[in-house]
This record gives sequence, structure tokens and C-alpha cells, in this order.
Amino acid sequence: MADGLRSASRYGLIGAVAIWHLCLVGMVETFAERELIGEAVSMGYLMMAAILMLVGYVAARKADQAPRALLFGATSGGITGVGILILILAINKINIGEIFPFATPHLIELLTFGIESSTGLLMPPLAGAVVGVVGAAQTLLPPAWRRAITLALVTITLFGLMRDVIAVLLPTGIRKIIFTSSGLTYLAAIVLLLLSGAGFWAQTYFQERNQRARATRPLTETPQRTWRWWAGMAVLSLFLLTFPMWSKSFLSNVASFVGLYIIMGLGLNMVIGFAGMLDLGFVAFYAIGAYTMAILTSPAIASSYYNQPVETGFLSFWQALPFSMIAALIGGTLLALPILKMRGDYLAIATLGFGEIIRILVQSDFLKSFERTGPDGETYDATFLGGAQGITRIARPELGDFMLKDPEHFYYLILIGCLLALFISYRLKKSRMGRAWMAIREDEDVAQAMGINRVTAKLWAFVIGAFLGGLSGGIFASMLGSVVPKSFELLISINVLALIIVGGMGSLPGVVVGAIAMVGLPEMLREFGEYRMLVYGAVVVVMMLYRPQGLWPESVVAREVEEARARQSAEEQSATESNSPPPSAENQAQS
Amino acid sequence: MFGMRRQLDTSQIIIWAIGIGLILMVFIGSFSTLSEGQYSTQQWIDFVVFGLAQGAIYALIALGYTMVYGVLGLINFAHGEVFMGGAFSAYFLASFFDDHALQGMRFVEAARGDPTFLDTNPILSLIAIFAFAAFISTLIAVVLERVAYRPIRDSPRLVKLITAIGASFFLQYTFRGFFGSGVQVYPDVELLKGEIFGIRTTLVVVFVSALVMLGLLYAFIQLTRTGRAIRAVSEDMNTAALMGIDVDRTISVTFAVGGFMAGIAGILYVLIYSQVNFFTGFIPGIKAFTAAVLGGIGNLPGAAVGGIFLGVFESLGPTLILDGLGIPAAHQLKDVIAFTLLVLILIFRPTGILGERLATKRV
Repeated sequence: MADGLRSASRYGLIGAVAIWHLCLVGMVETFAERELIGEAVSMGYLMMAAILMLVGYVAARKADQAPRALLFGATSGGITGVGILILILAINKINIGEIFPFATPHLIELLTFGIESSTGLLMPPLAGAVVGVVGAAQTLLPPAWRRAITLALVTITLFGLMRDVIAVLLPTGIRKIIFTSSGLTYLAAIVLLLLSGAGFWAQTYFQERNQRARATRPLTETPQRTWRWWAGMAVLSLFLLTFPMWSKSFLSNVASFVGLYIIMGLGLNMVIGFAGMLDLGFVAFYAIGAYTMAILTSPAIASSYYNQPVETGFLSFWQALPFSMIAALIGGTLLALPILKMRGDYLAIATLGFGEIIRILVQSDFLKSFERTGPDGETYDATFLGGAQGITRIARPELGDFMLKDPEHFYYLILIGCLLALFISYRLKKSRMGRAWMAIREDEDVAQAMGINRVTAKLWAFVIGAFLGGLSGGIFASMLGSVVPKSFELLISINVLALIIVGGMGSLPGVVVGAIAMVGLPEMLREFGEYRMLVYGAVVVVMMLYRPQGLWPESVVAREVEEARARQSAEEQSATESNSPPPSAENQAQS
Repeated sequence: MFGMRRQLDTSQIIIWAIGIGLILMVFIGSFSTLSEGQYSTQQWIDFVVFGLAQGAIYALIALGYTMVYGVLGLINFAHGEVFMGGAFSAYFLASFFDDHALQGMRFVEAARGDPTFLDTNPILSLIAIFAFAAFISTLIAVVLERVAYRPIRDSPRLVKLITAIGASFFLQYTFRGFFGSGVQVYPDVELLKGEIFGIRTTLVVVFVSALVMLGLLYAFIQLTRTGRAIRAVSEDMNTAALMGIDVDRTISVTFAVGGFMAGIAGILYVLIYSQVNFFTGFIPGIKAFTAAVLGGIGNLPGAAVGGIFLGVFESLGPTLILDGLGIPAAHQLKDVIAFTLLVLILIFRPTGILGERLATKRV
């Protein structure tokens, strides 16, 4: 009991720190303007409520009786609330707003629910305790219910967040019923909650029934392609093919970006996921692809090269695209050769250094232009990489007389690119080379002892990854019409890394899921932009701590994780059965 | 087997060719710059002095990398952010002292033009700023270890490194969220203006205090019981645990000491550059890592020597080497020199100049 209370207060403190963090970086204030459900529930409140519920849930998990669970939940939530109260007092009394710009009176107003008198100060602890109890109550439910409720809450949050995206697709009459100006209406929220809750509950129910059948299936057997698989595929391809027709061009643009990141993600996945090498300089290949495209197709470059105005670049888009990929491939080879024999973490730093070198060189005046002697013997400066200003007027792809210039057109181009990249990845993964990569990833020495030439195998992973990076970069340059060094910062590499980690290292559907979650979602959420990298950092750490296999892990990895968990729980069970010490003694040992 | 042998040789030849080419470039560039005689001796001295001060800061940060790598086998990618935290807290306390004055026992806002606490008690306020910066950095480092690194101590190397990268970005953008993305300008300290023996006082102070800190740390590691525990844990964690050393606590202490040094480095950094923003920690962090590798990772004196060497090399490099090769605006490529050095060291001598104190078992 005392133990449980102590740990509950510890979780409460952690929750308080988390909420201080959210408040002081300004997330609460920024997101408070986004009303998700009716006018009462804003994104800012929802975020804090989620923390409180989590705190209450975790605190109540170890309790053995229902009243205790609720008590622990109330304690931890209440303590988090007291933490919020302390923050309010700190803003009021010692004026920390001088240091933290987001610690404003407006924040206090939000945290006290707009109640100005001293009763307002009681609100955070009270509300905290109540939400903590709600979180704790979750532990009392059977798992299927718990899962259904959690997922249903996530669903309505997502629907509220995606309001702008979904609303434009609906006719006005229906839109008025479902959406307010920034989120869901109360009615729609309740209906959606019930519907999705029922759906997720049914899903869990049927899954549990099928579990036994799945568990006995040998791992090597390929999954059966039933009519359901084909039907799903048909719906998916119809969706993908018609997407730009019914969505707005903003959405096509987002989808195009997601697609570019999928191509890059698949490229980097080859290096990190398959071969197990952490490459932090992947953006270099993207940059090489983009700049190759820019130099070869921009009329600005050609004009400066011939020292007279020219209408077209050296090559058209289609002619230049292979060069983009080949340039990236050569870059990949040159980078890979010296670093392949490094140990894992040195490799990461070396590639990071390489990526930064490329970026600084591109930005510098050194490679901005070069002196050229024309055919008539005159000398002049011809632009090469364009320094910090970059290169503009990059050619768009043409099909006969038709020029691809709208986001919708690029969507199809990128879709083809994605399919190509997926196909290459899929085939390589199943090939002899793919198995060699995975062997190296698991244990390099054993792989070598088995006769795998690790230098060649790693080289190929790098080179093919770079190739896909170049493809993505080439399309990107043409889509934007200009390249500047600022677009090729280390952050791109980190973005790609984050999406692979979220999806699951080595998993192809994982890359797609990761790209949608890490690139698509933030692009669609208006307020999110400022906090994107902050959330990325947090997500990467949290994934590594709690779910290193990713959201959609490779089947082999998923199986391993499942087995390890089963083994662990079996061990725990046998341990408690064989020892079975009195509960009080166990508690003492823990403390 | 024969085929593989030959293949390795080809790539080896290419690598060595690149290496020799770069060394030739260094010599040709230096020679032509020196023979042109464009720069006076005084200018060269200035470059070296600045390099020494800068290098001393790198050395202080590098200690954190090297100690943590020694103990956990982890590149603490977020260490640059620990350093940045120190720089930021130094900035806030300094600007507080800069516009407040002490009246009786209370700080009150000083009117414009009036002497502030920083003017009246420069030494005391500097000491307070040093202590505060070191405290905040230590705090960040210890919390980081507890929250992010302890749960994954036994995970594969890749998982640890990715966690460190995520933590680094999380901290960076937390500071950006807290204080905005603008550059904060650090107030001037009257005491540190002027020159000693024709050298800027700031640089002298920075170099001397860094050396003192390095000496103190060396004594701490070599002479105290805790220092011995740290050495034992970096030698072999499991055996150390069997010998009765509290491994968790020792690792915490290691992070604390590294964070303390990074905090001191942070305040020294703002003394030289007088500005700080959320991205301040990134580049010095990587350079300090370069320094740690340069001196042989896990090797404390090596990290100090590597840091000072890198500082001087980077300060001289653009002018000495690149100018001579006829590269325009060579100062823009200052970071390229450091990164190239990093990549070259990792390729040709990953054990560093002085060699790793930890034997090859960590490969």
C-alpha cells in the first residue's frame, strides 16, 4: 500500500515534469487554439489529459484491488495537478516569464480553466485527480475493452486533427453535421467514439479467436493470398490511382512529399534496416541527386555556361534522371569504400561528417562558380552549384507535349517511383544478397565465417540505398523547380531515420507507415510545424525504449519479440510459483 | 579467399591514394601560403592563441564523450546539448546580473546607466555563473542518463546510438521551444576586456581555466575512490560489479562529471563568442567527438591533447592550407577541415593518435 502510494507519487512527479515541459515549450498554448471536439476540448487540454491518464494508468497497474487502483490513480493525477499549480505560482510570484517566453498570463488562464479567483488554483489538482482516476479505471477493464477504448479515443483525436483534410472532401450538408470550424461536433464525436470502439472491440475479439491458428503456422511459409488479400489490393490500388482526382491539390502535394520520403526511406532502409549500418549522411545522396538534376536541366546554368541566354538546359528531365541516380550511386561508392570496415558507431559519425562536408561545400563560394574559357577565347565565371542562392528554373518532366507541373501530375510520377523502389527493395530482400545483409546485421563475424563477403555485401547496400536517394532527390528538384543548400540539412537524414524507426527497421510496409505518420501527419497539421523536430526526438527515444521493433515490424522480428515476451512471462510465472514469497516480503525486497 | 584479398587491396589502394593526396594538398597549400608571406607573424600568433583557447573548450567537452564511451561504449550524441545547456544557463544568469543590482540582501532592477551587480562584483558573479552553468549541465547529463540511457544499457549498439541521436534532437528543440530560435547575446564583462601580454584577456582566462579543470579532473580520476570506481567500470562493468562497485551510481557519476566539464565549457564558449542559440551545441559537440577520437577514445589525456590539437588546426587550417590552394572565402570551409579530419582519423587511425586506453575488446 505505502509502496504503491510512493510509486504513484513518483509517477505523478514525472507527469508534472512532462506537463511543465509541454507548457514551457509553448505546446499547450499553441495547441489550445485548436478545438478538437465542440468548443470544450482543445488539443492542448487533450494532450495534458493524455499525460494524466497515462500517469494514472501506470500508477494503478500494480494495485491488486479496485479501490486501491483508483486511489493510486487519484494520487498520481493529483500530484501532477499540484505540479501544475506550482508552475502557475512560479509564473505569478517569481515571474519566470522573463526567461521562458511561453510562461504567460494566458497560460495561467488556460491552466485554471479561466477561473480567476483562488478557486481557479484548486482546479488543476482536482482535475488532475479526476483524470488520473479515469486513467486508473482503465486497469480494471478487460484488455479487449481497454484496447477498444484507447484506440477509439485516438481515432476521434485523429479525426478532429484531420478536420481540414476530411472536411473539404465532404458535401456542405454533411460537413456541417460532422465538423465545427476546427474540429468535430459533440454529436459526431460521440457517434464516432461508439462506432470505432465497437469496431476495435470486435477486431480484438476475432483476433484472439484466430490467434491459436496463427501461432502454429511455421515462419517460413509465405502467407496465403486469399481473396481478401486481392480485394484489399484492388481497393488500395483504386484509392492510390484516383487519389488526386477527388482530393485537393494540397493533399496531392502532401502525398507527393510522403512519396519522396518513402523512396528515401526505402533507400536508407536498405542500409540501416537490412545491412544494419547507421548512415547519418543519407541526405548527401539526396542532395547529389537534386543538384545533378538542377545542373543538367536548368536553363540558368546552361546560359551561364555558354555565356549567352539559352532557353533549355543541357538535358531534359528524363535524360537527366538517370544521371541523378548514377551520380548518387558514384557518391555512395566513394563514401562506402573507405568506411565499410569501421565499427558501427564510428560509421555513423563518419557518414554524418560526410553529409555535413557536402552541405558546407555546396553552400560555400568555393564551388559556386568556376572560370571558363569560351570558344572565342574569352573567360568568364560560369555558375556551378550557385552557393547559398542555389539553382533555379529546373526543368519539369515532359511527356510528349504534356508538361508535368501540378502537384497532381507529380503525384503519379512519385507513385511510380515508390512502386519501383518497393519492388527493388522487395526483390532484394528475398534475394541471396538480402539474406547476406540480414546475416551481417545479426552478426557480422558469423556471417563472414559462413562465407559472406561482407565488404561486397555492405557496399551493395550502400550503393543501392544511394541510388534510391538520388532518384528521390532528382524528382524533388524538378518538383520544386529550385534547389538551395538549406533543403539538404542533417535534419532530412534524421527525418528519414525517424520514419524508419517508427515503422520498424527492415520492414517495407513499416517504411510506408512511418512516412505517413512522420511526414504526412505533420504536413497536414497546421500548428505542428514548430514542434516537429521536438516530437521526432521524443518519438525516437520512446520507440527505442518501449518498442524498438517499430509499429509494423518485419515478420521475423515480430515473431522474435513475441517469443521473447512469452518466454519472459512464462519465467515470471514459474518464478512466482516456485518461490511464492508472502507479498509483504516481496514488497520489502523491491523497496 | 584469394579473390577477397585482392578486392580489399584495390579499395585499400584507393583509400591510401586519397589520403596521400590530401596530405600533399596540406603541404602544398601551407608552403604556398607561407612563401607568399601575406600574413604577419603577429597574425599567425593570434591564430594559434585563438586556436588554443578554442581547443581547450573542445577538450573539456571531449572529456565527457570519452568518459561515457569508456564506461558504456556509447557515443553520447546528446553531449553537445549538455554543453549548450551550460552556455544557455550562463547567459541567463549573466544577463540577470547585468541588469540587476544588489541592494542590501535583495536584487533589484538597475536603472539604465547605473552600475549593476556584474559591474560591482565581477569576480563573484563570474564564479556564480560558472557554478550555475556547471550545475545545470550536470543536471541535464544525469537526468539524460537516468531517463534515456539506463533502460537500454544492454541493448544492441544501434539502439543505443539511435536513442542518443533522438535525445540530442529532443534537447535541442526543447531549448528552442523554451527560449526561441533567436541568437541571445551575452553581456560583456568589463573585467575580461583588455589584454595580458598582448593577448585578449578572455582567451587567457578561458585557456587557463580549462587547463585547471583538466588537471582537476585528472586528479579526480586518478586519485579518488570514485575515480578508481569509474576506471574499474570502464575496464569491465561486470567484474567491477562483482568487486562491490555500485555500477549504476558510478555511471551516474561519470555522466555528472562529464556534464560538469561540459557546463564549464559552455560558459567559456560564451565568453569567447558572446552568443548562444539552440543550435550552439551541435557543431562543437561533433568537433569535440572528433577530438576524443583523435586522442583515442576512452583516453583522458588523449581527449585533452586531441581537443587542443583540433582547435589549433582548425584555427590555422583555412588560412594556412586552403588560402594557399587558391580557394576563395576559405573561412567558410572551417568546418569542412574539422569534419575531413574526423573522417580521415576514423578511416586511417580509429584508435587515435595516442591510442585507446581500452583494448580492442570493444570493437
